[in-house]
Amino acid sequence: MDKKKYPKISRRGLLGGVLGAALLPVNKVLAKRLPGLIPPDDPTKSPGRGTSKLGQRSKYENPVKTTSDISSRTPLQDMYSTITPSDLHYERHHAGIPDIDPAKYELMIHGMVDRPMKFTLADLKSFPAVARTCFLECAGNFRTGKEEMTPQDILGLTSQSEWTGVMLSTIFREVGASHAAKWFLAEGSDAAVLTRSVPMYKAWDDAMIVYAQNGEAMRPEQGYPARLLLPGWEGNMNVKWLRRIEIGDEPWMTREETSKYTYPVKDKIRMFSFEMDARSIITYPVYPNKIKSGYLEIRGLAWSGRGKVTKVEVSTDGGKTWLDANLQGPVLSKAHTYFRHLWEWDGTATEIASRVTDETGYVQPSVQQLADARGTKAGGYHMNPINWWQIKADGSVLFKPE
Amino acid sequence: MKQLAAIFLIGLMMIGISSFKYRATKSSVATTDTNKWPAKFGFGHPVTQVEIDAWDIDIRPDGKGLPIGQGTVSKGRAIYVQKCVACHGEGGKNQVEVKTIGPALISDTVLKARNKTIGNYWPYATTLFDYIRRAMPYPQPGSLTNTEVYSLSAYLLNANHVTADTIQNAKTLPKVVMPARKLFVFDDRKGGPEIK
Ligand code: HEC
Repeated sequence: MDKKKYPKISRRGLLGGVLGAALLPVNKVLAKRLPGLIPPDDPTKSPGRGTSKLGQRSKYENPVKTTSDISSRTPLQDMYSTITPSDLHYERHHAGIPDIDPAKYELMIHGMVDRPMKFTLADLKSFPAVARTCFLECAGNFRTGKEEMTPQDILGLTSQSEWTGVMLSTIFREVGASHAAKWFLAEGSDAAVLTRSVPMYKAWDDAMIVYAQNGEAMRPEQGYPARLLLPGWEGNMNVKWLRRIEIGDEPWMTREETSKYTYPVKDKIRMFSFEMDARSIITYPVYPNKIKSGYLEIRGLAWSGRGKVTKVEVSTDGGKTWLDANLQGPVLSKAHTYFRHLWEWDGTATEIASRVTDETGYVQPSVQQLADARGTKAGGYHMNPINWWQIKADGSVLFKPE
Repeated sequence: MKQLAAIFLIGLMMIGISSFKYRATKSSVATTDTNKWPAKFGFGHPVTQVEIDAWDIDIRPDGKGLPIGQGTVSKGRAIYVQKCVACHGEGGKNQVEVKTIGPALISDTVLKARNKTIGNYWPYATTLFDYIRRAMPYPQPGSLTNTEVYSLSAYLLNANHVTADTIQNAKTLPKVVMPARKLFVFDDRKGGPEIK
């Protein structure tokens, strides 16, 4: 119904104006009684609560991150789609979350540039803006070891947002960055003053400086007021609370790219693994779900730091056969992609898993394939194995640690 | 009633027309702006060398960025005992019985699974200076003087059996050959079917 035609009897006018005075005491009673308490037997028989300045989740829903001193994990098993609500975005920081006054915030860019410059937050927001949906993932995102593990426990250090900001290439053009430069250093203004070296080709490709997340100002946990965003690349390089970029011709070999975020591969130590390799995980049914025989939809997430997901296969017979799952479109590059696969469970014990293929032709490996390729001391970085779930005859689901 | 029906019909027609229009233009959604970008937008302001120096604290493997001054192993040991030992363990070694907040900083020069640290895992000595100066001690980052950082670097390199040198400064530190340096290789994977 066209609101403009009936301005005088809108619901708001009705309650606030004509009958407001008469209803006020009742309203007050209702407002006190309704929220947070026992729901009425029939919600159609009494008016609901009013509007609010800030919305909240239904009191019946309680998705939460699991936290340690240095990180928190996204409840992937509670996600119905690919955008992670901002308050459930995973965290990893090396010296806590700084409190930065946006009015005092400045980003300095210097080194191999024609014009060393500082940009305020308002300056950054003045440049032509771009929004991009992509995932972030910590390079150390793999835990295993026991059967009672949820997707959140195994690999909850990944989340996805729609990020808004300015292309780094736009800013580099503004300062006159040298095309002979090979690397730049990104530095945060947290207490770790965290630094990472990034090759310049990423800046000219798809790197961004972002200040917004899912349509509003970015959260402090994700780098407020501005951070580096390197789509598809390991989380640690997406430096949060960005305060300085120095452009140069060789990597700085900072602690985070030498002592950390490197891993033994046979008799060598591999460094500068930028892209997050393609990966997928079933998020339903998983521990601690209990399933019944009959039809159920297997659901999960797949992604690749090298581009688009082209295929997700699901096995419901312990790996003997693999069937293509349905991908929820639009499938975005370097983005979490939701998959679904219909399954009729006959009530017998089995094992189920998903495996992703990305547009480079890379197929998610098994634990064994990774161990064969890298040796057994490979450690916890850049591990992306297929994860198996055990379906017991009683319908309970357990992770299969390998 | 008749009037209502007429409005309803017109409404239907309009929906028809607008959805037709939508279909007609759908394939040509404008994704580039009309106006060309200028060579410069003119946002931001230039910085002076003084401003750059105030923030530019990074150090490269070739020593670029190292400040003047120097430190000694004996001074470093004393500072370590005073400011680092609580979190990184007695003499730098992580005792098996005591769980420390920070990682062990002293081990040997051979890469083993246990205690990957400066002597057996760090490829560049300059990283030590850079990291300690920017991030340690954890509760008071940025509180150490350059002399103190040189001394701590000298002590930790010495205690890890990397070098017998007792003094470190801007000249010596980049020259320290780290035992793990030769183990480090750049990732050369490019996607595709190979698992590496
Ligand atoms: C309150 C505890 C605490 C104190 C005091 C402290 N540190 Fe640390 N240190 C840490 C923690 C925690 C880390 C790991 C930080 C991380 O993971 O990013 C660390 C990491 C380090 C590392 C990197 C180790 C590696 O293998 O990557 C070095 C080097 C270091 N500290 C040196 C020092 C020195 C030198 C001092 C004394 C001036 C000091 N620390 C004092 C807690 C402390």
